[in-house]
Amino acid sequence: MKNISKRYTGVQALDQVDFEIERGEIHCLVGENGSGKSTLIKIISGVEQPDEGAQIEMDGQAQHHLQSIDSIRKGIEVIYQDLSLFSNLTVAENIALAQTIASNSRFINWGTVRQIAETAMQRIEVNILLDELVSDLSVADQQLVAICRALTSDVKLLILDEPTTALTRKEIEALFRVITDLQSKGIATMFVSHKLDEVLQIAQRVTVLRDGKKIGGFPSGELNSEKLTFLMTGKKLDYSQYEYVTQEAQPLLEVEDLSKAGNFKDVTFSLLPGEIVGITGLLGSGRTELAQCLFGMMQPDSGEIRIQGKAARIRSVQEAIELGIGYVPENRLLQGLVMEQSVGRNIVITIIEKILGALRLIDPRKKQKSIEHWIEELSIRIPSVESPVQTLSGGNQQRVVVAKWIATDPKILILDGPTVGIDVAAKSSIHEIIRKLAREGMGILVISDEVAEVLHNCNRILVMHKGRLVDEFRATETSEEEVQRCVDTVR
Amino acid sequence: MKKWFKHHETYVLLVIILFSMIITLVNPNFLTLENMFDLLKSYSFIGIFAVGVTFVLISGGIDISFTAVATVAEYVMAVVIIKYGGNILLAFLLAAGVGILLGLINATLIHFFKIPTIITTIATLNIFYGILTVISGGKWIYALPDWFRSFADIRVFTLRNAGGIAYGLSIITLIWIIVIVLAWAILRFTKLGRGIYAMGGSMTAARRVGFNIFKLQMFVYSFMGLMAGLAGLVQALLVQTVAPNSIVGKELDVLAAVVLGGASLAGGTGTLFGTILGVTLIAIMSNGLTLMRVSSFWYNVFIGLVIILSVSFSAYQRRARTKRAIIIEGE
Repeated sequence: MKNISKRYTGVQALDQVDFEIERGEIHCLVGENGSGKSTLIKIISGVEQPDEGAQIEMDGQAQHHLQSIDSIRKGIEVIYQDLSLFSNLTVAENIALAQTIASNSRFINWGTVRQIAETAMQRIEVNILLDELVSDLSVADQQLVAICRALTSDVKLLILDEPTTALTRKEIEALFRVITDLQSKGIATMFVSHKLDEVLQIAQRVTVLRDGKKIGGFPSGELNSEKLTFLMTGKKLDYSQYEYVTQEAQPLLEVEDLSKAGNFKDVTFSLLPGEIVGITGLLGSGRTELAQCLFGMMQPDSGEIRIQGKAARIRSVQEAIELGIGYVPENRLLQGLVMEQSVGRNIVITIIEKILGALRLIDPRKKQKSIEHWIEELSIRIPSVESPVQTLSGGNQQRVVVAKWIATDPKILILDGPTVGIDVAAKSSIHEIIRKLAREGMGILVISDEVAEVLHNCNRILVMHKGRLVDEFRATETSEEEVQRCVDTVR
Repeated sequence: MKKWFKHHETYVLLVIILFSMIITLVNPNFLTLENMFDLLKSYSFIGIFAVGVTFVLISGGIDISFTAVATVAEYVMAVVIIKYGGNILLAFLLAAGVGILLGLINATLIHFFKIPTIITTIATLNIFYGILTVISGGKWIYALPDWFRSFADIRVFTLRNAGGIAYGLSIITLIWIIVIVLAWAILRFTKLGRGIYAMGGSMTAARRVGFNIFKLQMFVYSFMGLMAGLAGLVQALLVQTVAPNSIVGKELDVLAAVVLGGASLAGGTGTLFGTILGVTLIAIMSNGLTLMRVSSFWYNVFIGLVIILSVSFSAYQRRARTKRAIIIEGE
C-alpha cells in the first residue's frame, strides 16, 4: 500500500502512509489512540475507501475501489476488537457464515455449516460446542470463534485489532501459539495492541503511526519498550513508583468481613487518606462486585463498612455519593458516560445540585464555570465542550469520566480498570491524575488486571481470588513477578 | 427435555394448552374441528401480517405501516377487478405488486435517509392511508365480482357436522400455510434468511462479514409489503367488502402476536414457529372469551396482561442467564 490518505470532516486521519506486509509475517501496528490505526485497517479491509491518489496492491495486482467483499475474496480477514460476532446465532453458524456468504449458492446446507465449523476448530485445536449461542460463551471462547471464522476462508492475512484486552495471561499465551502456528502455514498476521511487551514478544516487524503519519517500520529486534513508547508518543515517559506519605491515622474506609453470596466472602481491608490501594486478580474474582457494593449498587449480605470511623449502610448510589464515594466503572462506554451527550453535560451530571441557581433551575454561568474548571484541571483535549463524548479518543473519554467523579469532591475514589483500552501516553496521564488526587488527601482504590499498573501506582496491593482477599503486598517490598505469581496461582 | 425449556416457544405452547383446557371445560364447543377450522380461516389475515412482521423484527427494524399498505393494496385490487374484470390470479398479482411497491418505498426511506424504522413507517402509514382516503373519499366497495366471492368459499377438503352443515379447511387458510412454509424455508435455508438474522444481531458485524445491507433491507421491507398485500387480499376474501378504515388500527394486535411468539424488538431473535404460536394464543384468547361469554372488552385487558407476563418472563430468563455467566465461587 502506498500513499494512503484519509480525511474525515475536519480530521486528517491518515496522511500519506505507506505500508507493506510479507507473506507469513507477524507484523504489529502500534500508535496512540487516534493515530490512524483503525482507519488503516478499515481501508485494507475495504470497509472505508482511501482518498484520491492511493495505491493498493495485493499479490502484485493493483486494486481499485476495494470493497469489503473483494478484500475477503483476496484472503484478508479482520477480527475487530468487538469481535463482530453474532451473539444471537450459534457457534457453528458464526464460524461458517463468512464462507457461506462467499459461496455462490443461495442456500444453506446445515450439514456443511457444521462441517466447516468443525474443520476450522480442528485447525487450531479448540473444542467449543457447536450449538451453543455465542452470547452464552466467555470472551476468550468468543475470540476463538472469531479466529475460527477467519480460518474458514483461504486466509492469507489475518488482522487482529487489540485481541488481548479481555484475555487472561494464559489465554494470551494460547492465542500467541495459534498465531505462530498460522505463520508456519504461511498466513501473515497483523496485530494491533497497546500492550508493548506483547508486541515485542510476538512481532517480527513493527510499524509505528503517530497523528496519521507513519513514523517508520522497525524489526522488533531493534526495539525495546522504552524506545517504542518514545516512537509512539514523541516523548519520554517516567515510570517512577508512587510514594505514599503518611498523612492522618484515621482511615477513610474500613471494610470488615464483607460478604455477598456468590460474589465475595469475608473481605477485610482499610484505606487511609493519601493511599492508593490496588486490587488485582483474575476477571470474575469478585473485585468489581466488591466495588459495586461499596458504591451502593449491590447490597452485601453481611459484614461492615465504616466511613471515617462511622458505620455506614450504603443502600443506593445517592447515599454513596453523599458519603463522599466516587466510582469510575469498568466499562466507561456502558456505565460511565452518556455517549451521545456533550462533554460538558457529562461532566456536570454528577453535580447538578451544585450548579442550580434561583428557582432550582440550572444556572448556565455556574455550569460553564465548573465545566471549564475540570477541562483545564484534567487537560482534556476537545474541539469544544459541545462535542459529543463518543467523538473523543479513549483516553480523553476516560478523563471525562474521572472529571465527572472528582467534581463531586469525593473523599474516596474507586477506579475499576481505569486504563483499559487506552494508549500509553493517555494511560500515564491518567496515572498522574490519580497520584495528584491521592497527594491531596483522597483515598483511592484502583482495580486492575495489570499487575504492572497497580505496582507502579499503588502503595499497597491486594490480591483477590475466587471472592476472597488472598494476599497483600507493599509496592516497595515486592516485584511484578511475585504479585503475578500470586494472581496466577490456582488454589 | 431440559433443552426445550431454554426456548421461549415451549412456554407459549404450555400457556396455549392451559388456556385451551380452561376454555374447553367451560364450553366444550371450543375444542371442535369446526371451531378450529373457523379460527384458522379468520386468523389467516392476522397470521399473514405476522409472518411479515416477524421478518422485520428479526432484521432489527419495526414496521407500523403494513396495515395502510394492505388497505391500499386491497383497494387498488378491488377497483381494478371491478372496472376491468379479470380473475383471481390477477387479483393476487395486483395486491402483491402494490404491497411490494409500497414496501420498497419504506425500504428506500429507511436505507437512504437513515431514519429510525418506527418513525419512517409511522409517517408512511399516515401518507399511504391519507392518500387513499383522499382519493377514495372513504367509500366502501361492496360490488365485488362473483368469481371473487366463489373463490373465497372453496374448501380444500370438506367435512360435515352432526347438523349436516359443511365445514373444512378453507382455501384462505391454505394461502396462509403456503406463506408460512415459504417464509420458513427462506429464513432457515437461504443465505438471505440468515443474513436477516445476522443483520438483526449486529448490523456493523453483518456489513463487515460481507452482507449487502441495502439488498437485505430492500428484501425485508418489500417482503413485509408483499405480506401486507396478501393480507389485504385475504381480508377482502373474508369479508367480501372493501372498507378503507377496516384494517388500519390492527398494527398493535399483530405486533403483540409476534412479540408473544418470542421475537425481540431489539432484533436478531424470533422464529416462525413462535409467531404461529403467538397468533394462536391471541386467536384462542379472543375466541375463548367469546365462547365463555366474557365481555369482549376484557379481551384487551387479557392481551395486555399476557404480553407483560410473557415479556417480563423472557427478560428475567435472560438476566438469570447472564448472571450465571459471571458468578464466582464465594464459598
